[in-house]
Amino acid sequence: MSELGTPAPDSAAARLRDEVPPTDALLLTLNLSKSFGGLHAVSEVTFWIPERGIVSIIGPNGAGKTTFFNMLTGLYRPTTGTVTYRGTDITALRPDRITALGVARTFQNIRLFGTMTALENVLVGEHARMKAGLIGSILRTPGVRREEKAVREKAREVLEYVGLPPRVHGMRAVNLSYGDQRRVEIARALASDPQLLLLDEPTAGMNADESARLVGFVRRLRDERNVTILLIEHDMKVVMSLSERVTVLDHGEKIAEGEPRMVAAEPRVVEAYLGKRGAES
Amino acid sequence: MRERTAKLRAQWRKIWGQRRFRIAIVAALTLFAIVLPYFFQTGSTFTYDMVTALAYVVMALGLNIVVGFAGLLDLGYVAFFAIGAYTIGWLGSGFFAYINNQKGIHVGVTGLAATLPGIHLNFILVVIAAVGFTALAGIIIGLPTLRLRGDYIAIVTLAFGEIIHDVAVNGINIHLGANATLTAGRQGITPIDPISLPGGQPFDPLNLRPWYWVALGMVALVLFVNVRLRDSRLGRAWVALREDEVAAASMGVPLVKTKLMAYATGAAFGGMAGAFIGSFLNTVNADQFEFSFSIFVLAMVILGGLGSIWGVVLGAILLSFINTWLIPQVLNSVPSKIGLNFDLTQLSYGIFGFLLVVMMVLRPQGLLPERRHELEMVEHVGITGTDMFEETV
Repeated sequence: MSELGTPAPDSAAARLRDEVPPTDALLLTLNLSKSFGGLHAVSEVTFWIPERGIVSIIGPNGAGKTTFFNMLTGLYRPTTGTVTYRGTDITALRPDRITALGVARTFQNIRLFGTMTALENVLVGEHARMKAGLIGSILRTPGVRREEKAVREKAREVLEYVGLPPRVHGMRAVNLSYGDQRRVEIARALASDPQLLLLDEPTAGMNADESARLVGFVRRLRDERNVTILLIEHDMKVVMSLSERVTVLDHGEKIAEGEPRMVAAEPRVVEAYLGKRGAES
Repeated sequence: MRERTAKLRAQWRKIWGQRRFRIAIVAALTLFAIVLPYFFQTGSTFTYDMVTALAYVVMALGLNIVVGFAGLLDLGYVAFFAIGAYTIGWLGSGFFAYINNQKGIHVGVTGLAATLPGIHLNFILVVIAAVGFTALAGIIIGLPTLRLRGDYIAIVTLAFGEIIHDVAVNGINIHLGANATLTAGRQGITPIDPISLPGGQPFDPLNLRPWYWVALGMVALVLFVNVRLRDSRLGRAWVALREDEVAAASMGVPLVKTKLMAYATGAAFGGMAGAFIGSFLNTVNADQFEFSFSIFVLAMVILGGLGSIWGVVLGAILLSFINTWLIPQVLNSVPSKIGLNFDLTQLSYGIFGFLLVVMMVLRPQGLLPERRHELEMVEHVGITGTDMFEETV
């Protein structure tokens, strides 16, 4: 992809451009861009996640992280570029289709169904894995009954897995504490049996203790359930201890990528976070 | 005061939560509803008004699925009433008199209808056809419309209702072959076959009890469907997309398909009620299908409580009786008594509008609110904006 005749082997940007994505990546984006009118929210991002990896995207506010997420999950249609999941092109597929294929997400500002109970929220997450249709639901056929029982059991199991005791399963989402709402949101995403889970700032609003527990939980998720994790995160402690690879976005462009420690030392990253003068001092 | 109502309410919920108690109440109500016509003459005005009210309950419960469950504001519900009514106009009357060499087509009908020209199908068949036609119409109008959100759906459905009304009015000039037109416009298609159940004699227009029981049976059916759907995978998906389309889609709920199911089911019940009313009123007239009727049914749903099945039943019966009894029978002469020269019935829709305004100020959640909507309207929970959507869905 680098232009011929411009050999700049030392520049980090060129190194990024020349990297060839592996063919067995779980999720792969090629030159993904999104513009809103004249604003280039994300430009030409080539990015991949290895299967069973834990990968983070970081970057200053407004760097295009969430826009990037929204393109992966089908909420935004990319202006150019492609998204491939397990070898299939999912660019601009409907969000529900992408979820059905095994990609689930949470939201930066929690988006639970407020009037539904924790359990019902998780049941909605299982929607894509259920079959009951209009007529079946009206007649409540034995198959529908069995399915309903099974998904309820599974929902309870998932809720307990994220650390919510049975007494809160019946509580409406609005009445739950902030931390519990975050848990329900993760449980809801897990209910769709994802192979890839996208977490958008999962530790936002958490204290250090809670964040540390989340780090442990995310690892467990990968190790016990074989879920590949992609997170957007601001808390550097979380990013550094959890990620196997970090991608840095700034003004919609990928400016660095690699192991957490390497990326943190990259001058362009420091500059993006602190500004040029800050980086020099 | 507020504490006391909260306490009462908690107590009530505890009692209502007991299955045995619920079954007892429902059984008692059902029994009461079945024997009710025996307390009145066979042709009494009350029974007549009651039959009308029950037909409106069917319609309101249908609209409740669309507006209450799925949160899609449908201002053109009258269209499905019209299509259902025309189904019986076409398939249960002498309207197509020239069909089959003026000998007519007869399926499962007895009595006078079996001898007349035109298409005469048994009422059950007509209802099945009406359900099919309206569900299909719902899907056809829904497919392009339901990609839109919020207010846009309201505007497009409103236009759809108006189009169907115009087609009904002008259908008298739409020729189907040499001797038939699409509708009879404002003259109306009349007479319509009275209901005859398979194997039975046609209903007597003067004995209203069988009409009442058929309407009651339809209400029972629609209630059953409402309850079953509310507590199903589909019902949960409706609540989810009503509250937050972005989150619902991201959790795997296909938006257009899920909305279509709500729309088509609601439409089917509108069609069912339409076929019944066509036969009951013995005419299918384009003037029945005005925009105001959509609002009338919507007002029943809102008055009773959006999404609340029993509330909607109550709202429909109340508004129906205000319309057929309270305003014309009881209060109609009030203006002349205070020296004003008009009938109160001329103000009917003004009165309904006033009632809605009062309701919105005092009790926006409806008479028998559904808990979710109460949270949404009184405590402003849920209903997130659909900010980050694009052309994708």
